[in-house]
Amino acid sequence: MNAQGRNYPGINLDHEPQTHAEAEEKVFGFWVFLMSDLVLFALLFATYATMTGATAGGPSGGDVFELKSTMIETGLLLASSFTFGMASLEIKYGGKGRLFAWLAVTLLFGALFLGFEWRDFATMIAQGAPPSRSGFLSAFFVLVGTHGLHVTAGCVWIVVMMAQIAVFGTARDVKIRMLRLGLFWHFLDIVWIAIFSVVYLPGLVR
Amino acid sequence: MSGADLWHLLFGKLSADALPFYSAIAATAAGVVVCGALGAALLITWLGRWRYLWREWFTSLDHKKIGIMYVVLSLVMLARAVVEACMMRMQQAVAFDSAGFLPPDHFAQLFTTHGTIMIFFMAMPFLTGLINFVMPLQIGARDVSFPMMNSVSLGLTTAGAGLMMVSLVLGKFSTGGWSGYPPYTELGFNPGVGPDYWIWAVTLSSLGSTLTGINFAVTIYKRRAPGMTLFRMPLFCWTALCASILMIFAMPPLTVATALLACDRYLGMHFFTNSLGGNMMNFANLFWLFGHPEVYILILPPFGVWSEVIANFSAKYLYGYRSLVYATMAIAVLSFTVWVHHFFTMGQSADVNAAFGIATMLIGIPTGVKIYDWMLTLFRGRVRFTVPMLYALAFLLLFPLGGLTGILLANPAVDYQVHNTLFLVAHFHNMLIPGLLFGMLAGYHYWFPKAFGFRLDEVWGRIAFALWVAGFVLAFMPLYALGLMAMPRRTDAFFEAAYLPYTLVAAFGALLILAALVSLCVQVWVSVRRRRETEVFAGDPWNGRTLEWATSSPPPDYNFAVLPQVEGRDAFWLMKQDGRAYRTPDRYEDIEVPRNSAMGPVVGMAGAAAGFALVWHIGWLAIIGVLTMGGALIARSFVRHTTRTIAADEVRRIEARWRDAVAASPGVTRDDETTPANRGHAAMEVA
Ligand code: HEM
Ligand SMILES: [Cu+2]
Repeated sequence: MNAQGRNYPGINLDHEPQTHAEAEEKVFGFWVFLMSDLVLFALLFATYATMTGATAGGPSGGDVFELKSTMIETGLLLASSFTFGMASLEIKYGGKGRLFAWLAVTLLFGALFLGFEWRDFATMIAQGAPPSRSGFLSAFFVLVGTHGLHVTAGCVWIVVMMAQIAVFGTARDVKIRMLRLGLFWHFLDIVWIAIFSVVYLPGLVR
Repeated sequence: MSGADLWHLLFGKLSADALPFYSAIAATAAGVVVCGALGAALLITWLGRWRYLWREWFTSLDHKKIGIMYVVLSLVMLARAVVEACMMRMQQAVAFDSAGFLPPDHFAQLFTTHGTIMIFFMAMPFLTGLINFVMPLQIGARDVSFPMMNSVSLGLTTAGAGLMMVSLVLGKFSTGGWSGYPPYTELGFNPGVGPDYWIWAVTLSSLGSTLTGINFAVTIYKRRAPGMTLFRMPLFCWTALCASILMIFAMPPLTVATALLACDRYLGMHFFTNSLGGNMMNFANLFWLFGHPEVYILILPPFGVWSEVIANFSAKYLYGYRSLVYATMAIAVLSFTVWVHHFFTMGQSADVNAAFGIATMLIGIPTGVKIYDWMLTLFRGRVRFTVPMLYALAFLLLFPLGGLTGILLANPAVDYQVHNTLFLVAHFHNMLIPGLLFGMLAGYHYWFPKAFGFRLDEVWGRIAFALWVAGFVLAFMPLYALGLMAMPRRTDAFFEAAYLPYTLVAAFGALLILAALVSLCVQVWVSVRRRRETEVFAGDPWNGRTLEWATSSPPPDYNFAVLPQVEGRDAFWLMKQDGRAYRTPDRYEDIEVPRNSAMGPVVGMAGAAAGFALVWHIGWLAIIGVLTMGGALIARSFVRHTTRTIAADEVRRIEARWRDAVAASPGVTRDDETTPANRGHAAMEVA
């Protein structure tokens, strides 16, 4: 294939064929990893679905879920995806400063999301709905908590990338890492949408 | 803070009670482990080889060395698991109307460790090692896609194996079988550390295997040499690809199963408990959603080995190449549709059972296709009965037998009769020993000269082969009968006189298998001593057909000075046919290879520490272990010089030395392959 044909379809890489060849392999590998991770989530969803009735006389979703806070969390995460998109654009067009700023905003939204989630969990536990109360609550906490852990990992990753940009600038390997971080971050959004629709909405409607 | 509190803070649940002085057998086993580890460490120190091992092996990112380390790990674990198997067979030979020498609890630990080790720490590392070593060479690549991750996978697997070994010395292992079913592994039934050992050992290894699967699949998709289209790949690469895809999709269910079990045990949750909404059927489903694809992860790479060995030692193109590829893919897909056959008796409706029974039987079709393809490859071939070929023949005779009993078991009505009896044990050993283990051993004999530059001793190879086959037949054929006579599996004692003759024969068979293992050790010893006579540096001792034989033995760090141009299937054979083999390239270029990295050992050790700490509830150590793993990863991302360059001149020197050796070795005919005349340069013969 010619150099043009091998260009990685991301928007923010340079014109070096070497970069594109490297991105091709590394980003593909990351897609494969995400696929594996998605299987993990799928099974947690399946487990949750089989356990929605296993409340053992304890609270059910409708008793403890809170619509307002869930909506805020959703908004925060979606907004963070947007801001990450802006950061991606800045790799190509902007300077380091703006890139930094967008990443910082993304990080802030991610952290806020985690804060709200933490508060939700704390309220539920205080209301007598800890994960050890019933199979249903175990499944809920582990599913949503696993997503939360992923977001935490994503936040750490953003910090690492900010450090790398500070040290190395937008070098080739940094860009390819940013591409993968982007996939990861948007992937978490999609998983959250699934959580919102499978966990919170039916729980609240019922 | 009292002394006891302080102790708990520092050492968790560890105490002198953890030492195995309650039983002479357990204490002996612990002694062997401790002495073995100390002895090995002392020997290395005495020889002054630590630095060498660290530099040349542990930190190496070379796929060939990582592959060899995987195989070494697997052979060590094989030794332990075979000894355990023999103990179980001895117990069942003497435990008629008596307690035998193993208390029930100890017997239960033995079948659990034996099964867990054989699957996760013998079979998986063995096939991962072979693929690691062979696959990049076969597709004409210089390394895998992610060399550092490769080393981390090895580290994680070794950490799991290390936990298994430590469990012999400190604490008692799980009694819940290799499948770790609750309630046996739940807190309520077993509050000890055993199930925790099982959880973390298996989790570490499953994480390693997930990463391995990703690595291999990406390598095969992205690193093939020019002209190496998918349908020109050797069949071993196809099976490696399908097994890798299975790993990517099938390892997560295991990780989820063990993680949720850990949540139950550590955080008091209720996924699989008997109370408060827990449901152990979820565990059975999750586990077998992994477990059945897993048996195809185990069997596909050996199928690849058979394809290579049979084609090579018949001097023919593989018969029905495409059908073998499609059969491999069909098996990979179908393997996700049959998991319920592991628990036909657990209460789902007859319709569900029927659907899964039929799906299971369907897998027999592609597998049958393969058997015929291999037989037709032999047909009118130029067959040589080398050790790998002998294993292949034993496989072709014995494996279909296990397949047939599998078809029997696929019928839910039959399964109800023999479920949980030794019939099942006979069935799956009949698949795993002639299929997987013989395949791995055949691959080991076949590729050993490629890895080390000299051939293995044929005579001892044949002795070991004969013992393996005889041992297998004697140890497992009686179990079919015992199963039909309703002897349950996992039984430590029995009162039915009719069983006794069979258990005695099976015990004798197990001893033959032990002798086979010893013969393999003798073979290594003899082969190393005679390595001058069997030296094959020129690299092509078996008149090979695929690209791995187009390099010196052992291959240089960079594998290929110039990436080979592939013109068709059996690429090296074609090169030899039209005189392109061994041709000196016009010019050499600098080659970049991965620089060594301590990531693998560091992550492995941190993982082992974290696992051990979680088993014994040592909070601080668990935190340090996990943080070290994450920190190492982050630190590594700041390292920018991850490759080293081998200069063109250096490459020229290395290549010239090899070409001189090829020119200097006389061509050897196939008849003389196993004689000292074989210097690794095959003579051109008609077909
Ligand atoms: C080398 C000769 C071997 C012998 C003599 C042997 C013997 C045994 C015995 C006696 C048992 C316990 C049967 C019972 O439940 O009563 C057992 C179980 C088992 N073996 Fe082997 N085995 C051998 C090789 C293998 C290999 C190569 C594998 C897999 C790669 C394997 C995997 C297993 C598994 C998974 C179990 C079930 C453990 C459980 O019940 O949880 N074995 N074997
Ligand atoms: Cu199965």
